[in-house]
Amino acid sequence: MSITAADTDLMQQPAPEAEPRSALGRLLRDPGRVWGYIGIPIVVVASWIAVYRWIAGLELDSIEQRWLNADRVSRAIIEHIQLSLAATVLVIVIAVPLGIMLTRPFAKPLTPLFIGLANIGQAIPSVGLLFFLALPFLLGIGPRTAIVGVVAYCLLPVLRNTMVGIQQVDRALIEAGRGMGLTRGAVLARIELPLAVPVILAGIRTALILTVGTMVLATFINAGGLGDLINGGIVNNRTPVLLTGAVLTAGLALLIDWIAGIAEEVLRPRGL
Amino acid sequence: MEHMIRLDELTKRFPGQLAVDSVSMDIPEGEIVVFVGPSGCGKTTTLKMINRLIEPTSGRIFLEDEDVTRINADRLRRRIGYVIQQIGLFPHMTIASNIATVPRTLGWDKQRIAERVDELLELVGMDPEAYRDRYPKELSGGQNQRVGVARALAADPAVMLMDEPFGAVDPITRERLQNEFLRLQDEVNKTICFVTHDVDEAIKMGDRIAIFGDDHGIQQFDTPEMILSHPANEFVEDFLGSGAALKRLHLRRVREVALTAWPAAGVAEDRDTLREKLEDSEQSFLLLLDEQRQPVRWVSRRDLERGEGRMADRGLPVAAIIEPHATLHDALDEMITSNVGCAVVVDREGAYQGVVDIDPVMTAVNTLRAELRERLAVGSWHAVPTETVEEGTS
Ligand SMILES: Nc1ncnc2c1ncn2[C@@H]1O[C@H](COP(=O)(O)OP(=O)(O)OP(=O)(O)O)[C@@H](O)[C@H]1O
Ligand SMILES: [Mg+2]
Repeated sequence: MSITAADTDLMQQPAPEAEPRSALGRLLRDPGRVWGYIGIPIVVVASWIAVYRWIAGLELDSIEQRWLNADRVSRAIIEHIQLSLAATVLVIVIAVPLGIMLTRPFAKPLTPLFIGLANIGQAIPSVGLLFFLALPFLLGIGPRTAIVGVVAYCLLPVLRNTMVGIQQVDRALIEAGRGMGLTRGAVLARIELPLAVPVILAGIRTALILTVGTMVLATFINAGGLGDLINGGIVNNRTPVLLTGAVLTAGLALLIDWIAGIAEEVLRPRGL
Repeated sequence: MEHMIRLDELTKRFPGQLAVDSVSMDIPEGEIVVFVGPSGCGKTTTLKMINRLIEPTSGRIFLEDEDVTRINADRLRRRIGYVIQQIGLFPHMTIASNIATVPRTLGWDKQRIAERVDELLELVGMDPEAYRDRYPKELSGGQNQRVGVARALAADPAVMLMDEPFGAVDPITRERLQNEFLRLQDEVNKTICFVTHDVDEAIKMGDRIAIFGDDHGIQQFDTPEMILSHPANEFVEDFLGSGAALKRLHLRRVREVALTAWPAAGVAEDRDTLREKLEDSEQSFLLLLDEQRQPVRWVSRRDLERGEGRMADRGLPVAAIIEPHATLHDALDEMITSNVGCAVVVDREGAYQGVVDIDPVMTAVNTLRAELRERLAVGSWHAVPTETVEEGTS
């Protein structure tokens, strides 16, 4: 069969433009977004340089010198990144499979319960905070406890987004898949999960920011991180130390959000 | 094999809701059976019981004489093509991967899948080169619908289930897709169950029609001719609605009637030849064809004489174009909207064949009416008064 006259003008209907095939092409499609991508690291690095130059121009006393040297600051940064990374990996490893499981038919009755819990955790951050403060009595102090606490708190957005992401997949697509003889597992792997990826990634991005921010509290249970600088600045009444910790934390959070945003763009399935 | 599909007293009861009540049906190989009926009468449920997306409460399903009521449902479904109203193309997969869904599940090798995808795209009239790597959102509704059909045909199933497949497109596209699908069916010769709630579509598409009633059972299961001429009961009569005479025009296809030869000429011929051709005929318009003999313009004597300029820009565009597969009902529809009062018939390649005007339509109405009278005279007593009234006014 070939195309007939009657068909041809059906074919000539203006079909939407083909999407750029490469991830870079998609990133660059929208000039406004390009500025967002370049702008954030510039702002962050500029603020760090500004703080550095300000401190370099100061006459530091002995307490300040103890805090503000390359060794101490880089250790705080590295610890903070390590703790956050470990917590995020754990969050993903726990929340994504759990979220998937809770959307399976056998768990249907439990779904509203978990979504409700997740929402409460989000709406009242202090619940997570209380939990965090109670933990040392159960697990003792140190990095492990800090990670467990942050994971418990940051699990919720990923769990919720995984469930919502899977649930919002058009029923017709699932029916089409099942109707063609795909097994439940194949429908999950080939249809539901890929289509939920953008929503799940958004959840992970939120969790990352939360993790980096909340990890500041790790200092209270002797787990290190940038919280050390902030807290050290407060208890010793040394503004330069406090400010360094705060600017580094905020910048780190922004940079991580920036990387996650790019990852989101690149990992989003094409065609959506 | 006697029948491709046999339904034996299929019943489905949802909690507190009877959906299908003891439906039995034999569907011969290579036929299109249309399920039609009011909303909620159980068409979709019956269809989905055939591929066991819904498990029957009782009754049995046979496919090629094999009882498939209890076999592995996933494996059964890979033997049955399935097209749904929402089309259901996977938005994150290219057109090629969409079509390849079942072959991949069946473990075909890459080479074979790629060849099959291209073959199917060509079959549904889409250029593989241009479309295979696109995503569904980059196609129009009609194109997506064709891909949906191609996907269902991918593993060459003997049986296809289609639930209002043309329900989500505009009326003009729907008519084209219907004609195209009938032409396709001539090539692939599948056994098809087709759900619609549109009587005209049922009459046009069906080799047989099953009319479902509000009692969730089948009111009548017969050929369109028999259903139109011998509605089994008042429900069927009401459901067919008025204008049965007009609906009967769906039963005759354009290829079954004699086409009128219309004066036609190549668009590149010189003006004097064109004028001569027009004058030799009794018509007031000449049909211009391009190099592929596809109709392009209607031109009158005045258009021919008007000063300079390309011939292809003169006169009126040819709007009413139909294929031999179209029914006389479609032809009449096109004719009425055409500015010349007739519809141009083209073959598969789009090349000019002839035209249909009102005469063969009237002849068809008359013979169909005579056939009906004969049948009625033989002893059917159904619907005589209404038929007479309607035919008098049509
Ligand atoms: N999953 C279900 N649970 C309960 N009742 C259902 C279910 N699916 C269908 N029904 C009921 O069964 C009956 C038949 O439904 P079905 O979808 O087969 O109708 P249909 O003929 O396809 O109608 P339509 O033309 O509106 O698509 C309806 O009354 C419907 O409400
Ligand atoms: Mg239905």
